[in-house]
Amino acid sequence: MAATDEKRQQHWAKTRNLTIVILIIWAIFAFVLPWNAHDLNSMKFIGFPLGFYFTAQGSLIAFVLLIAIQNQMQDRIDDEFGMHED
Amino acid sequence: MAFLQGRLVDNLPKVYGIYTGGFIVFIILMSILSSLGVSAATIGILFVAFTICIYAIIGWLSRTMQLDAYYVAGREVPAVYNGMATAADWMSGASFVALAGGVYFGGYVYMAFVVGWTGGYVLVNALLAPYLRKFGCYTVPDFIGTRYGGNLARLCAVIVLVVASFTYVTAQINASGTIAARALQIPFAVGIWVGLVAILMCSMLGGMRAVTWTQVAQYIVLIIAYLTPVIWMSNVQGFGIIPHFSYGGAVHRIQELQPLVHLGAAATESFKGLSTLKTPINATGGALESWKFFTLCACMMAGTASLPHILMRYFTTPSVRAARKSVAWSLFFIFLLYFTAPCLATLTKLQLLDPNLPTAIIGKPFAAVADLAWIKNWSAVGMLKVSDSNHDGILQLNEFFMRPDIVVLATPEMAGLPYVISGLVAAGGLAAAMSTADGLLLAIANALSHDLYYKMIDPNADSRLRLIVARILLVIIGVAACAIASLQLTGILGAVAWAFDFACSGLFFPLILGVWWKRANREGAIAGMVCGFVAGAGYLWWVEHGGALLFAIDHLRFGMIGMPVSLVTMVAVTLMTPEPDAETQRMVDEVRVPTGGTILAQTH
Repeated sequence: MAATDEKRQQHWAKTRNLTIVILIIWAIFAFVLPWNAHDLNSMKFIGFPLGFYFTAQGSLIAFVLLIAIQNQMQDRIDDEFGMHED
Repeated sequence: MAFLQGRLVDNLPKVYGIYTGGFIVFIILMSILSSLGVSAATIGILFVAFTICIYAIIGWLSRTMQLDAYYVAGREVPAVYNGMATAADWMSGASFVALAGGVYFGGYVYMAFVVGWTGGYVLVNALLAPYLRKFGCYTVPDFIGTRYGGNLARLCAVIVLVVASFTYVTAQINASGTIAARALQIPFAVGIWVGLVAILMCSMLGGMRAVTWTQVAQYIVLIIAYLTPVIWMSNVQGFGIIPHFSYGGAVHRIQELQPLVHLGAAATESFKGLSTLKTPINATGGALESWKFFTLCACMMAGTASLPHILMRYFTTPSVRAARKSVAWSLFFIFLLYFTAPCLATLTKLQLLDPNLPTAIIGKPFAAVADLAWIKNWSAVGMLKVSDSNHDGILQLNEFFMRPDIVVLATPEMAGLPYVISGLVAAGGLAAAMSTADGLLLAIANALSHDLYYKMIDPNADSRLRLIVARILLVIIGVAACAIASLQLTGILGAVAWAFDFACSGLFFPLILGVWWKRANREGAIAGMVCGFVAGAGYLWWVEHGGALLFAIDHLRFGMIGMPVSLVTMVAVTLMTPEPDAETQRMVDEVRVPTGGTILAQTH
C-alpha cells in the first residue's frame, strides 16, 4: 500500500499545482484585465478599444480555452499515475 | 420505457438532429404564414404553444419510477448533451432577456455579469465538479452531509440551497410570465400560471431525466433565437454575419455620439420601473468603478460555483472524466450566448442613436417616433414610454424610457425585422426561463425530499414513497414561487444576483474546503455556512432598509460580506476543534483520485 500512497501523493501534488496555475491565469482574465479596462482602452485591438474587448469578449474566449487545456493536462496526469477510470 | 430510453441515449445525434431540422422547418412555415397575412399575434401564439407542446411531449416520454433516473438521470448523459442541458439550465430568463439590457443600460460595470457568469465555470471545473461526481451524491447537501457528517450540517446546506434557489426561481417565473403575457396577449398574472404548468410538465413525471432531455431541446431553441436577430441586424448594419470580432466600429461610433445626444442629462420625468440611458458604453476610469466591477464579478463567479442546480448537473455524467468534459462543453455553449450579449447591446444602442441609420429614434420628430408600431406595442403593455418632456417636438435621449428587461425582446421590432423573428425570440426567452426554473425547482424539491425527508425524517421510506414525496414537493414549491412572483418585488436581474450572493455566502467555502482542505471539520463547516449566510443576509436587510453601504458594496454584491465571514469563521472554528476522524480523511483522499468507484452507493 505504501507505493500506492506515494503515487497518490504525487498525483495529488501535480493535480494541485496544475489547479493553482490555472487559477492564476483565470484571475488575470477575470480581475486584472477588467480592473484596468479604462487604461487599456487607449490601445486598439482589431478595431475595438482593448479594455472593452476583454471585458466583453476576450476574457470569455480565454475561459473556454482555459478549461479545455486544464482538462487535457489533467487527463494526462491521471493516465501517468494510472488513476484514470476503467 | 427502459428500452426506449436505451435507444434514446444511443440515438441522440439523430433525435436532436431531426428535432433541430423540424424547428427550422417550423420557423420557415411561420414566415410563409406571416407573408400570407396571418396576424403577428397568431404567429406569436403558435411559436410559444408549439415549443411548449414539444417540451411537454419529451417530459411525458421520459417519465420514470426509478430513483437513479429521477435524481441523476441514470448517470448516463453523454458530456456534450449534459453540456447543452447545463447551458439551458444555467442561462436563465435573466441571461436571455435581461443581460443584454443590463449591458445596454449599465455599460462597463454590468459586463461583470458577462465575465462572472462565464469565469465561474473555471472554478467549477478546477475546484468542484470532478470531485463531486466522484463522490456520487444525489444532491449538494448530500455531499455536505456525508463529507462533514451529521444532520445539522446537512440541514444548514438545505436551508442555504432553498433560500438561494427559491429567490432565483421566482425571478424565472417572473420572466416566463412576462414573455407569455406578451406573446399570448394575456395578463401577467395569468401568464405566470401558464408558465408554471408548462414548467411542471417538463419535470414532474421524469425528474432529472425528463429535465435533462427537455433542457437539451430548450437550449437548441434558445440559441437559435438569440443568435438569429443579432446576425441579421449586424448584417444590415454592415458588420458581417459574425459581428463578435468586427463591431469595434460600432463602439467607437457610440462613443462619438454620446456627447451629441447629451448622454447623462437627467430625465425631468420618471415612470415606475422604466429607465433612460445614462451610463456611457465604456469604462470611465477610477478605482471605484473598477472595484464595483471586481466585487460584482467575484460574487457572480463564486455563486456560480455554489449554485446547487448547476453542480447537480455534473452528477448525471457516466464518469469523472466525462464530468470534466461536460463542464468544458457547458461553458462553450454558454459562451455562444454570453459573448453575443454585449454585441447585441451595442448594435441595438447604435441603431437607436445613430441618425444615419433608418431605425434611429433619438433626435427624430416626436410625433413620428410615437407613431412607430413597436413603440405603440410596448407602450401599451407599460414597458416603454416616450414623453416629450421639454415640448420641443424632438425625442431626446432623456425622454425615451424603457424597462431594461425588454431590450432583447424588442430588438427585432426596433430593427424592423419580420415579426417571425420576434415570435422566435419570445419562444427562446421562454425556453431559457423554463429550463432554468425546471432545474431550480428540481434542485429544491430533491434537496427537501432526499436530504430532509429521506435522510433525516424517514430513512425507511421505500423508493416509491420517496418519489411521490419528491413530486408533491415539486408542485408545492412551484405554486409558492408563482404566488411570490406575482408580487413582482424586484427586476429580473436584481433577484438573480441575490440568488448568487446567497449561495456564495453560505456554500462556497464549505464546498471548496470540503475537497481541498482535509482538516476541515463539521464544526467549522456549520459555522462557515451559518455565519456567512447570516452575515450576507443581514447585510442585505441592512442595505434594503436604508443602511449606509460598506466599501460601496450594494445589494447586488452582498456576497462580498458573506464570503469573507464564512471563510474566517470556518477556518477559525475548524482549527479550534478536533480534526475529522481517519475515516473522513480517507474519504477525502478517495475523492481526489478519479479511479475506483463512487464514495456513496449507486442507489442510496
